[in-house]
Amino acid sequence: MGNKIEVKNLHLIFGSSKKQAIKMLKSGATKEQIHNKTKCTVAVNNANLTINEGEIFVIMGLSGSGKSSLLRCFNMLNIPTRGSIEIDGKDITQMNKKELLEFRRKKVGMVFQHFGLLPHRTIVENVAFGLEIQETTTEDRLRKAREVIDLVGLKGYEDSYPHQLSGGMQQRVGIARAIATDSDILLMDEAFSALDPLIRVQMQDDLIELQQSLKKTIIFITHDLDEAVKLGSRIAIMNDGVIVQQGEPEEILLHPANDYVREFVGNVDMSKVVTASSIMRVFREKLVLGKDGPAYAARKMSQNNFRFMATVNNSGVFQGYIVERDVRRLLEKNEKDLSKIVMDIPQVNSGTPLSDLLPLYIQQKYPLVVVNEKGIPLGYVDHTDVVSLVTGYNNGEVKEIIENASN
Amino acid sequence: MNIGKYVELFVDWLSEVGRPVFNQITIFIENTVDILQEGLLSIPFYIIILLFAILAFYVKNKSFRQYKISKKNWKNLFGLSFFCILGLSLIYLMGFWTQMIDTFVLVLVSTLIVLIIGIPLGIWCAHNKRIYIIVRPLLDFMQTMPAFVYLIPAILFFSVGNVPGVLATVIFSLPPAVRMTTLGIKEVPKEIVEASVAFGCTPRQTLFKVQLPLATPTILAGVNQVIMLALSMVVIASMVGAGGLGESVYAGIQQADVALGFEAGLCIVILAIILDRMTQALGDKKEEL
Ligand SMILES: Nc1ncnc2c1ncn2[C@@H]1O[C@H](COP(=O)(O)OP(=O)(O)OP(=O)(O)O)[C@@H](O)[C@H]1O
Ligand SMILES: [Mg+2]
Repeated sequence: MGNKIEVKNLHLIFGSSKKQAIKMLKSGATKEQIHNKTKCTVAVNNANLTINEGEIFVIMGLSGSGKSSLLRCFNMLNIPTRGSIEIDGKDITQMNKKELLEFRRKKVGMVFQHFGLLPHRTIVENVAFGLEIQETTTEDRLRKAREVIDLVGLKGYEDSYPHQLSGGMQQRVGIARAIATDSDILLMDEAFSALDPLIRVQMQDDLIELQQSLKKTIIFITHDLDEAVKLGSRIAIMNDGVIVQQGEPEEILLHPANDYVREFVGNVDMSKVVTASSIMRVFREKLVLGKDGPAYAARKMSQNNFRFMATVNNSGVFQGYIVERDVRRLLEKNEKDLSKIVMDIPQVNSGTPLSDLLPLYIQQKYPLVVVNEKGIPLGYVDHTDVVSLVTGYNNGEVKEIIENASN
Repeated sequence: MNIGKYVELFVDWLSEVGRPVFNQITIFIENTVDILQEGLLSIPFYIIILLFAILAFYVKNKSFRQYKISKKNWKNLFGLSFFCILGLSLIYLMGFWTQMIDTFVLVLVSTLIVLIIGIPLGIWCAHNKRIYIIVRPLLDFMQTMPAFVYLIPAILFFSVGNVPGVLATVIFSLPPAVRMTTLGIKEVPKEIVEASVAFGCTPRQTLFKVQLPLATPTILAGVNQVIMLALSMVVIASMVGAGGLGESVYAGIQQADVALGFEAGLCIVILAIILDRMTQALGDKKEEL
């Protein structure tokens, strides 16, 4: 997975007195001040991005924050005022006309919010459009177009016209057109926003599937955080032309960089995004069955104020918990074998999303344990952490609520 | 202020300087008109009527292959063809066949010249704001100036006959061709144009593969207007010596001959209806698909 796209210090300014606007920007003027003074709009302000090969990179932000403006720089529909965009090591902002045409034809496809299909052409002719302008033979491009139409699940509609198709189907045509040229980058500007919710979810699933088989690098704009989280391997959030945060969805949700982002991610369904590994606490001590006895266990527990401890066998594989009460009973009976009191605990792995953890807590008094693929325990997921994540309360508030309720 | 005087001086000067060019234009248009008129007149009238009827059927039904006749749509399918047969036969029976052909050719030639100038100009206006700003008032001027005024310089430049008639008609009916072309191209959804650029179209490819095809219905509506305006100039053009039905109407006026005037006028109406419905049907074509 190499770097596919490298954006450095990208500025995009609309208006005629760009120089003055840049100068003002450098001296720290706000977007609004610049607009009032120069009538220029700073659409993208010093963007720096790295987009990896084969990932779906999502750009989010409020309306007018500059998402489309940024995206349209990636195929030079907007010509950046400053900065560079390197794609496969080549700076596209420095390309001459001919190179640029070639770049648009071979390397990058685009999918539009309102599909942008040609109404006077059939589906297969629409899909073949990108190849047609490269002057390939009719036979070649129709064969390729049919292939791609099949791929997006529109077989049988080759000779229909766009207006005879539903919105979802039209957007499939849009996607087919974009991948028909075998370009390895796809730009999608709110590509699913015009579709109704059910179709939209279906399209998202299909896009993920398509991406897994074709390994395109996709840059996707959306307003919908759930969509972003579902599709994006990484997300960038824009505000007033500035990229305020970028990172993996989980990272952004759990550690929003500022209030804007916090507000933005406030409504997302955390349980689908947050995984066990990001909220687990690590085991500081473990007991090895057959080696450590109850006395040792009791000492560790009272030293650290543990309610329970994890046990492993001699190869380090998780066996279960032992709890303080059982250890004491064992000591009273003067028995040595800890394995008698080990209790079974459900095991999850580090990638399990919160939504799949929650049902397990119904019958669980003790924290779930997170293990790696060999069964080695990595940590545990405490009830309180789960509750505070879902509700948004911190641990103290959770405790307070519990106390108030028991009175 | 004596603006008229300066215009006169300018026109005089232009007619002097431009004489060789104007002569060439005159010869070219005259020949084209003559050849077309003679050619059409050498074909028996019933064959021409039949051709009109077939053409009417064709434009109404897009193609000969895919029509289905039912009780409901037969009027739509054959109506215009019937009208062509009846109307043109009537013209023949009233004895205006030659004049009708002459007028038809004059309208045809003016319309072609208008389209050859107007469509490229319209495209240019759509792409270049500055040109549009210059051209727009000119078009307004051309359209609102009483058509008679064009006759004067037309005679000066091209003497009398069909040629000044054609050129006055061209100037009078040019505006809708330019306007509707510009409008049609500007109306093409931005996203579609953008899509074509994003996939690597050259401006030329965008124009021919996207903008013009999508603007076609609007441009055809413009063609329809051009033809109607050209027909409305027929009588006026006859004042500078253009032949055809206009000449008959003009003669009717001069001789206070109601019968002649009415019959020739009726012929113009029939021709107008036929040309109007045909070009309209052309424009509808795409939308019904
Ligand atoms: N062609 C243009 N000329 C001048 N200003 C523009 C142009 N395109 C966009 N802008 C301005 O740039 C800013 C960013 O617009 P942009 O369309 O990129 O926002 P966006 O994040 O895509 O919003 P939305 O979610 O509504 O699509 C806005 O202030 C907009 O008015
Ligand atoms: Mg946008």
